[in-house]
Amino acid sequence: MSETAAPGFITRLFLLSWVAFFRTLFDGEFAAGVVRLRAGLSALPPPRDEPKAKQTKPDKKTDTKTEKKRDVVLREAGPEPALQLLALLQREGRFVDFIEEDMSSFSDAEIGGAARVVHDGCKKALAEHMPLEPVRTENEGASITLEKGFDASRVRVTGNVTGDPPYRGSLAHRGWRVTEVRLPKMVEGHDAKIIAPAEVEL
Amino acid sequence: MAYAIGIDLGTTHCALAAVDLDLTEGDEIALSVLEIPQSTSPGQIESKKLLPSFLYLPHGGELPVGSLALPWDAAPSFAVGELARVLGQKTPLRLVSSAKSWLGHAGADRRAPILPVLRSSSTEGEADVERISPLAAQVAYLAHLRAAWNEEHEDAPIEEQDLVLTVPASFDPAARELTAEAAREAGLGHAVLLEEPQAALYSWIERSHGHWREDAKVGDVILVVDLGGGTTDFSLIAVHDVNGSLELRRVAVGDHILLGGDNMDLALAATVKQRLETEGKVLDAFQSAVLVHACRGAKEALLADGAPESVPVVVPTRGSKLVAGTIRTDVRRLDVTKLLVEGFFPSVEIGARPIARPRAALTEMGLPYAQDAAVTRHLAAFLSRQIEATVDLAGFAERAGATFLHPTAVLFNGGVLRSSLLRTRLMDALNGWLKADGAPPARVLEGADLDLAVARGAAYYAYVRRGKGVRIRGGTAKSYYVGVESATPAVPGLEPPLSALCVAPFGMEEGSEARPAKQELGLVVGEPVQFRFFESATRRDDTVGTMLDRIGDDLRELPAIGATMPAEGRVAGEVVPVRLGAAVTEVGTLRLEAFPRAGGERWKVELDVRGR
Repeated sequence: MSETAAPGFITRLFLLSWVAFFRTLFDGEFAAGVVRLRAGLSALPPPRDEPKAKQTKPDKKTDTKTEKKRDVVLREAGPEPALQLLALLQREGRFVDFIEEDMSSFSDAEIGGAARVVHDGCKKALAEHMPLEPVRTENEGASITLEKGFDASRVRVTGNVTGDPPYRGSLAHRGWRVTEVRLPKMVEGHDAKIIAPAEVEL
Repeated sequence: MAYAIGIDLGTTHCALAAVDLDLTEGDEIALSVLEIPQSTSPGQIESKKLLPSFLYLPHGGELPVGSLALPWDAAPSFAVGELARVLGQKTPLRLVSSAKSWLGHAGADRRAPILPVLRSSSTEGEADVERISPLAAQVAYLAHLRAAWNEEHEDAPIEEQDLVLTVPASFDPAARELTAEAAREAGLGHAVLLEEPQAALYSWIERSHGHWREDAKVGDVILVVDLGGGTTDFSLIAVHDVNGSLELRRVAVGDHILLGGDNMDLALAATVKQRLETEGKVLDAFQSAVLVHACRGAKEALLADGAPESVPVVVPTRGSKLVAGTIRTDVRRLDVTKLLVEGFFPSVEIGARPIARPRAALTEMGLPYAQDAAVTRHLAAFLSRQIEATVDLAGFAERAGATFLHPTAVLFNGGVLRSSLLRTRLMDALNGWLKADGAPPARVLEGADLDLAVARGAAYYAYVRRGKGVRIRGGTAKSYYVGVESATPAVPGLEPPLSALCVAPFGMEEGSEARPAKQELGLVVGEPVQFRFFESATRRDDTVGTMLDRIGDDLRELPAIGATMPAEGRVAGEVVPVRLGAAVTEVGTLRLEAFPRAGGERWKVELDVRGR
């Protein structure tokens, strides 16, 4: 997946939303990172060292601590909800087909046509199974005041983070919040790793 | 815990709503719609407000073992609901659809395993596909709804709650009886029947929180236009004054018209497909099915307010190569207005009638779809035929020079009518006719829930049946006749002329019985005997015993009725004179019985003798 021209861009767009989506759901630390990155530096590629440093630091700490006493309990996300959502996106929006297809030989118009299938279907799948709403309803670019005691998991401050609240700043990204998770229930023995079965027409 | 429950057993979708009696006070009705667990993909179960009325009969090795499991059944032999619909898109020969239309189709044996329909183009192997009867399919949907409710309400099983089941107003007595039979077989024998347009009006009343009395006035004639996925149903309900309080009276129902939103989607898809083919793009069966679905979306987008000039329709290939095989085209608003608005809702005069083409001698076994797609022509015919619908009600003075019955208000129901363009179109047609007659325009009753109104209204009716609110009266909207051969000398080569004997008058209420007609018919002991059976939607004044010398246009033939007289104490072959008496059961079905001259015996007369 190269970073050239439009096909790469569309793919990246989907990949980013995809990765961000899952890890935001199942990995709180990553979620924070994504929000921070998207909020601070919307269009540019992220500076690599900042989040890395932040991620490795606590890791090392826990490593040394585990020998004695474990005071940070990490939750292990089971694979099934993620697989279910992937299957739903494939079923409704042909998401995996789209991502797995080699885009290099297609024109933007051709990709655009298929992107409609993916967009309509994935939108429907998300609306049905994980309805989303923006964390902040103001327009992006609007000036925002954050009072003392604001919820740092919902709003991430970036840039010139100094002093005490209230903070005044402009809304760089509205954020997304899943309002409800309604994943299908699975019967015993269902293999969630089969995102889509092969089909043989007789 | 106690509930009043309503079930919408629809052609394309089923739904269940319930009034929580403990939380309901006066006009504040605690009404909710059940989320129905159903398989949405093999091995996965989701809850949705609508249960698609589809049933899929999988091949033994088609799906992994246990993947159809439901919370209440570890190994069902078929799928019902969303998964059935999805699997059927790719394997239509195993899909049962439109079972309700088949149940209402007098030309078919509704207790015989005829679904999925064996296509004329079918291969020999298709004969191996298991088949079920339209009745059994309806039983399956009801059993699913019953289990879904009981799964969630262990303390209030559905068998112990008041239950209402809806049927099209145009269903004939046999189809109603079959629906009641399906309910009995599904363990819901206590259900009573309600006509769908009435349910829609009940829902409107419920949603008004008591304010409906301000919107409906004495003298109003409400036209309910119910345009579902597969059927179109009209009813007229008059608002009149009985001892100082408002009463609603259903005064007329329309014919059974197999025409609905699905026809529009198919029509649009056929046009788009044809255009693609002229461009050299040929769609396979799967893509054609996807195209119909995509056209439904395009239809809704293009019929909405402020619709764009065109909407792109994209059909992917079935294979995993999405971009390479995707076919893209545009559906223009112009196409939709020309094809759907002009085709299904043309501007016509009140004198217009549906065009009936003579059927080809050899028709493929199938449903009797409406031959004329124009909803406005069907409506014009209905209103003209029912010009006398309100003559018996005080305060509904006949307008001089009226050419049809004048509705004063319209209630819309059915997902198709979400489109404001189509609603406007229907109102323009109706108000045009009213204007030509010099009558004031009709108004729209707002606030209807187009998709769930029938289930909600049925639940509300289950509640008001307990004596808690306004009820729509009216009884049967038809009178019924038995064909009697005239006792004239036989003329070789000529059928003996047939007269019609009225056995059940117009407007019989639930739980009422009509005196048997004094005319006697002969039953042969020990042999099945059949009679021709007729109904009329307009002959309001005939009473039991009225004899019509000829079968006119105002009579419509129904499936034959019949009885077999047991031979106990009689000589086989002996002819016993009997009288026919009619009753409308508490459930809402018509019951015909034969009474011999002597003794207190009575025998049930079957309303649908086919296949017995």
